[in-house]
Amino acid sequence: MPKRDSTRYTILFATAVCVVCALLVSVAAVSLQPRQAAAARLYMEKNVLLAGGLLEPGADVTVQEVNRIFDERIRVRLVDLATGELVPEGKVNARDYDQRKARGDPAASHVAPPNNAGIGRLPNLAVVYFIMKGDAVDQIVIPVEGLGMWGTIYGFLALDRDTTTVRGLTYYDQKETPGLGGEISNPKWQMLWLGRRIYDDQWSPSITLIKGGAGSPEADPHHVDALSGATVTSNAVTRLMRFWLTDDGFGKFLKRFREGTQT
Amino acid sequence: MSAVGLPLGSAERKVLLDPVLVNNPIGVQVLGICSALAVTTRVDKALVMGVGVTLVVALANLAVSLVRNYTPGSIRIIVQLSIIASLVILFDQILKATLYELSLELSVFVGLIITNCIVMGRAEGFAMQNAPQRALLDGIGNGLGYSLVLLLVAIARELLGAGKILGVTILPLEKDGGWYVPNGLMLLAPSALFVIGLLVWALRMWKPQLQEKD
Repeated sequence: MPKRDSTRYTILFATAVCVVCALLVSVAAVSLQPRQAAAARLYMEKNVLLAGGLLEPGADVTVQEVNRIFDERIRVRLVDLATGELVPEGKVNARDYDQRKARGDPAASHVAPPNNAGIGRLPNLAVVYFIMKGDAVDQIVIPVEGLGMWGTIYGFLALDRDTTTVRGLTYYDQKETPGLGGEISNPKWQMLWLGRRIYDDQWSPSITLIKGGAGSPEADPHHVDALSGATVTSNAVTRLMRFWLTDDGFGKFLKRFREGTQT
Repeated sequence: MSAVGLPLGSAERKVLLDPVLVNNPIGVQVLGICSALAVTTRVDKALVMGVGVTLVVALANLAVSLVRNYTPGSIRIIVQLSIIASLVILFDQILKATLYELSLELSVFVGLIITNCIVMGRAEGFAMQNAPQRALLDGIGNGLGYSLVLLLVAIARELLGAGKILGVTILPLEKDGGWYVPNGLMLLAPSALFVIGLLVWALRMWKPQLQEKD
């Protein structure tokens, strides 16, 4: 063995440490990946249920329970964002469709039109969740996303079948400042959205986070209290929510839905 | 303090148990308090963080001690850091696969275990000079000492700040029809400083030999 402080030995030793550590980390990352993906998916679907009010915040549910509620109450469909038409059922399994993956795939996505929500690409097909009451659609849950202060904010917005009244909201993946902008994940703040109207009388997206306090949903339907100490996050939320309600987002689909040109 | 059933000599027992009370890393050495502020708003977070730090510091001590006689002096710190960082990533990955929702809240702080002064301090200060078995015990002891303080602080904060322990209501809140008005300060970072300060004070009252001379 060469001397412990020789350059050659030092380099050899450092290489050996790197190889062992890299091996350990990569084996762990690769072997745990399927379980992590399953956990992330369960969490996302749980948030669909939270937005739709089918689960209480903080409830602990298993995959089986989520699957049962999905089977009983929810119909997952795909929407062609360009036309707003639903993709016929049966072609693709909508529940297995990964919208985030599609957005990153050049063949399944397109460049987003200029917008202030920080959205670069849009998937050609987007997921919508119909929450059923008997045979009728009770709520429509749409995924929303956009650039916040530190990263992309992902959430779900549950709308009444009139397509403008908010029935629920969650932000399930965000990197905003904990305690300030991060409060968008606080169920108490999300409750403030209930009953607000996201479109104005001309069906133009009008929901806005304002400083100084919004009135009751009946008196002040287009405003929500902004988060104190989080102006950037509050503005980002206003922009991203509005974006997904325009014709570049789910606007065309929601219009078709409320005009009854599709079920 | 007797460690019945532990097949350890008195020297080993001292290595294991000293850091828990007598030479507590947070209470006495005042190391690693950064994460103690961040993850003590709820007991479950503190518990997971305590397990994480205990595992990392124990295994890092063991690994560093195993290679201590082969490690060139010029790169020993970076070797320790590589070992610690690998273990932390490992723990983070396992957490993401098993306790996903908790991992969303804890991930940032789990990553920061790498820079937790306790882990580096024990690797450089103890494991480099001691045999693997003792280094492992020292790591477990320091991890437990850290966890103990974290748990005490978290119990105080969750109980006074939210009226709960591990999510179970102990003090019924006024807004839910009970009598307790929660102290919101307890959920903010500064309160952890107050609680840790009180703990350090209590520890030094109990063991006056810890007090520094002015």
